[in-house]
Amino acid sequence: MISVNFSQKIANIMLWASALITIAILFIMVGHILLNGVEVIDLQFLLESPKNAGREGGILPMIVSSLYTTGLALIVAIPLGIGSAIYLTEYAVKSPLTKAIRYATETLSGIPSIVVGLFGYTFFVIYLGLGFCVLSAGLTLSIMALPIIMRTAEESVRTVPIGYREGSLALGASKWQTIRKVLLPSASPGIVTGIVLGMGRAIGETAAIMFVVGGGWRMPISPLSPAQPLTVHLYELFSAGIISTEIGYGTATVLLAMVLAITFTANWTMRRYIKKIMGE
Amino acid sequence: MNKIETRNLSIWYGDGRVLTDVNMKIKEKCITAIIGPSGCGKTTFIKAINRMIDLTHIARIEGEILCDGENIYDDGIDVVELRKKIGMVFQKPNPFPMSIYENVAYGPRVHGIKDRRSLNEIVEKSLREAFLWDEVKDRLNEPALGSSGGQQQRLCIARALSMKPEVILFDEPCSALDPISTSKIEDLIVELKKNYTVIIVTHNMQQAARISDYTAFFLTRGELIEYGSTSRIFERPLDKRTEDYITGRFG
Ligand SMILES: Nc1ncnc2c1ncn2[C@@H]1O[C@H](COP(=O)(O)OP(=O)(O)O)[C@@H](O)[C@H]1O
Ligand SMILES: [Mg+2]
Repeated sequence: MISVNFSQKIANIMLWASALITIAILFIMVGHILLNGVEVIDLQFLLESPKNAGREGGILPMIVSSLYTTGLALIVAIPLGIGSAIYLTEYAVKSPLTKAIRYATETLSGIPSIVVGLFGYTFFVIYLGLGFCVLSAGLTLSIMALPIIMRTAEESVRTVPIGYREGSLALGASKWQTIRKVLLPSASPGIVTGIVLGMGRAIGETAAIMFVVGGGWRMPISPLSPAQPLTVHLYELFSAGIISTEIGYGTATVLLAMVLAITFTANWTMRRYIKKIMGE
Repeated sequence: MNKIETRNLSIWYGDGRVLTDVNMKIKEKCITAIIGPSGCGKTTFIKAINRMIDLTHIARIEGEILCDGENIYDDGIDVVELRKKIGMVFQKPNPFPMSIYENVAYGPRVHGIKDRRSLNEIVEKSLREAFLWDEVKDRLNEPALGSSGGQQQRLCIARALSMKPEVILFDEPCSALDPISTSKIEDLIVELKKNYTVIIVTHNMQQAARISDYTAFFLTRGELIEYGSTSRIFERPLDKRTEDYITGRFG
C-alpha cells in the first residue's frame, strides 16, 4: 500500500514538474525565435520590400498587410461582437433564438481555420466577387475573431453588478443610456481583453487567409489590392524550401513583437483605466 | 396631505403572491417606515412605487398606486418623469464606477443638462444636502468606489437628490453599514423630511422607532397588518402579531 502522504508527495512533484515544463517550453520557444530573429532585424528589414526573391531586403509590405487585414477584421468583429453580447445579456429573454446564437458562436469557434478559409474563398472572393485582397482576408479573419470577442464581451457585460443598472434606471435613465454610460464603461476592461485575444487570433492566422489574400510583395494600398501578411509570408518562405532561415526568424520575431506590444499596451491602458474608475 | 396612496395593491411573481390588497395613505413630508420579516414583500412594495418593478418581467400588479392623485400605472404615465419625481436609494450602496462628481452629475446629464455651471451647482447642492460636501469637496474627481461604505451610501443619496425628487424611497439603506455611518444616515434622513416625503424599509426596529413618523407592519405575503403613527404602533400595538414582532418574539 502506498501511504497517503507518499502519494501526496508524488502528486506535488508531478504538478510542479508539469508547471515547470510548460513554462520552460514557452521560454525556450520564444527565446529561440527572438535570439535568432533579433540579429536579422534592422531598419532596412522593417522599412523595405523584399529583394532578390526574398533573400534580401525587408518585410514592410507584410507588416502593413498583417495590420491592414487584422484592422479590417476588428472593425467588423468588434461592433458585431459587442452588439450581440449586449443583445444576449440585456434584451433577449431566454428563447430558442438566444440559444441558437450561443450555439452558433460555440460552433464558429470550433471550426478549423482552413474550413473558414474555404468559406472565405467561396463566399467573399468568388461569390461576392471581392477577389483576392485585403478586404476578403479581413472579412474572413473577422469570422475567426468574432466568437472570441463576443463571448468575452458577453461575460463582462453579464458580470457588471445589477446595482449599476438599477441605480441608473432609478434615476430615470433609459435602457440605452444605461448601457452606453454605465454598462459599457464598466465592462470595457473585459471587452478589451476579448478584443486583444481576437486580435491575436486574427494576426496569427495563416490557413484561413492564405487562399483569399492573394499574396505577392507589393505594398497593399486599397482594400481591394492583394496582400501578403507576415504569417503567409512565413509559410511561403518555408514552403519554398527555406530561402533564408534568418529571414524566417526575423519575420517570426516581428510578428511576435507586434502581438506582445499590442497586448502590453492594452493591458497597461486597462490597468490605468480600472484604477481611474474603481479606485485602488 | 397624502402624497402617495395605494388602493387594493396586489402583486404576484408568477403564481406566487407577494402583496395582498394593500391600502395605505402615505403623508407628505413625513418619514414612513416599512417593517416586517424577510421576504414579506417590503422591497417589492417600494419598487412598485417608482415602477422599478417593471424590470421584473414576471411581476403582475393589480390595484392602484396614486401619487398626487394620479395612478402611476395609467397608460399615459411617463416612467422617466415618475422616476425623477420618486428617487430611490438601495440596500447595497451602488455608486457607479466613475468620479464622485460624475456620479452626482449623472442624473442631470441623462436628462439633458450640459452646462458646466449648472452641473457644478447641482453637484455641490446635492452633496451638501447629503452631508457629504465637506468630506469630498477636495476630491470630487476621484473614483467614488474609493470612499467608505457610509460615504458611498450618502453619495447615492446625493445622486438621488440631484434629480430634485419629491419622494425618496430607501430600501434598508443602513443594512450594510457600521453604527457610526448608520447614525449619520439616520440624521440625514430626518433632515430630509423637511423637504421630501421619505419611505424607508428597515429591518431595524429601533431605527424605525427613532426616525419615522408612521410605521407600517407587513407580514407574509405582503399583508398590511397594522399601520399608524410610530409612537402608537410601538407603544400600543393593536394586533398581537405586531406586538410579537416589535418585541422580537419572532421575525
Ligand atoms: N424577481 C423575483 N422573482 C420571483 N420571486 C421574487 C422576486 N423578487 C422577490 N421574490 C420573492 O418575493 C417575496 C418578497 O420579496 P421582497 O419584496 O424582496 O421581500 P423583503 O424585501 O420584504 O425581504 C420573497 O418571497 C421573494 O423570494
Ligand atoms: Mg428587501
